[in-house]
Amino acid sequence: MDFKSKFIANFIDDDRWKYIWNGLGVTLKVTFFAVLLGIAIGVLVAIIRSTHEKNSKSMRMGFGKAVLAILNTICKVYLTVIRGTPVVVQLMIMYYIILADSRNKVLVATLAFGINSGAYVAEIFRSGIMSIDEGQFEAGRSLGFNFVQTMRYIIIPQAFKNVLPALANEFIVLLKETSVVGYVALQDLTKGGDIIRSRTFDAFMPLFGVALIYLIMVLFFTWLVGRLERRLRNSER
Amino acid sequence: MNGDTLIRVEKLQKHYNGGVIKALDGINTEIKKGEVVVVIGPSGSGKSTFLRCLNLLEVPTGGNIFFEGVDITDEKVNINIHRQKMGMVFQHFNLFPHMTILKNMIIAPMKLRKKSEAEATELAMKLLRRVGLEDRANAYPSQLSGGQKQRIAIVRALCMEPEVMLFDEPTSALDPEMVGEVLEVMKQLAHDNMTMVVVTHEMGFAREVGSRVMFMAEGRQVEEGTPEEIFDHPKSERLQTFLAKVL
Repeated sequence: MDFKSKFIANFIDDDRWKYIWNGLGVTLKVTFFAVLLGIAIGVLVAIIRSTHEKNSKSMRMGFGKAVLAILNTICKVYLTVIRGTPVVVQLMIMYYIILADSRNKVLVATLAFGINSGAYVAEIFRSGIMSIDEGQFEAGRSLGFNFVQTMRYIIIPQAFKNVLPALANEFIVLLKETSVVGYVALQDLTKGGDIIRSRTFDAFMPLFGVALIYLIMVLFFTWLVGRLERRLRNSER
Repeated sequence: MNGDTLIRVEKLQKHYNGGVIKALDGINTEIKKGEVVVVIGPSGSGKSTFLRCLNLLEVPTGGNIFFEGVDITDEKVNINIHRQKMGMVFQHFNLFPHMTILKNMIIAPMKLRKKSEAEATELAMKLLRRVGLEDRANAYPSQLSGGQKQRIAIVRALCMEPEVMLFDEPTSALDPEMVGEVLEVMKQLAHDNMTMVVVTHEMGFAREVGSRVMFMAEGRQVEEGTPEEIFDHPKSERLQTFLAKVL
């Protein structure tokens, strides 16, 4: 069989392109919402952790300090567990145990990957916050800004710019990591390609096709982040 | 009113490691309105720590600080309100690199004193003209020289219309040829009757502009007096050796 007839057999016959197309939709949906959830969790955890790191020594004993210490401990446990176990296992635990009653596999996958990604985003953001010179923080406080205002107007905007490359990398990893959702029988891009392979008994076409689509998405995303980075840099010099 | 007490410091202490290291060991002083208090001393003498305690960037481990009659070391006091009236200038400028010069200056008045952008900008431009940097309003800090950055840092603090200005070695990180332009701005400020507390190694400035000089060593105020008393008739041996080294 030549390339053209192989292509037709794998993608055109029986509308097999639909496996790829629908799978791509699932992959993008899971990635997109997982990214949002990951950022939300990540920022929250990073702020709690760095607030604790910056303030716990100077804070007086009291209710606030106790609450902060408890929150910090919860965050640390979360980070340890999530980063210490494989994402596939977390996905299966979410599907078979925690949300065993749910039939919405996209939701299950989004939660699993969002919670997973949040741990990495948290550490990325925390390193960004801690990398900002202490003098910036002091300058903000000396003008009369409170802790939250200083974070919001002065520290976080600078930290975000510094961590953008690491953050982009995390999302590229996340996009590709979602390819394991086949473990809970959710038909994403990878699973779609695999189904075609099982029908046509041709591994080459569907798998390279799937790989190419991932590659194009990653290249597009890298380009997009590069533009954003340049724009943020331009605002500084 | 000139001569009224603005800041009163009583038995101020800053200990580390449960008293093993005594950065400040019982400082008592009064800073009056319109006064320029210059703090000098060898490195490690606690003069920066003293200054940073005045607006609670360093939390003292003992003693009291009264600012406009309020004990700001009291836990129940909202320090952010008082800090708005205490401008601070740092050794390393600490301008916000992600904002233009103008934004650096107007953000605090807009967010904290609820000034309109036009109102805040008007004051900022007036101050920029005073230090001769009005043409740099839309530049970013990285485009300025050290001396320019420090002049901006001073007017940024002034935008909050503070009652007192705290200077933490404002010329120590500058190239020698830029020290003059910053001191000039500070002199002008003193001339305009601003209350100032200045930690510095610039003895010429201390003598010329200071209304009072405080000499610190090992966390204590060893000697205090007019510039003439301190520089021309030093009493303690500690101060005499110090002056012999720096003058």
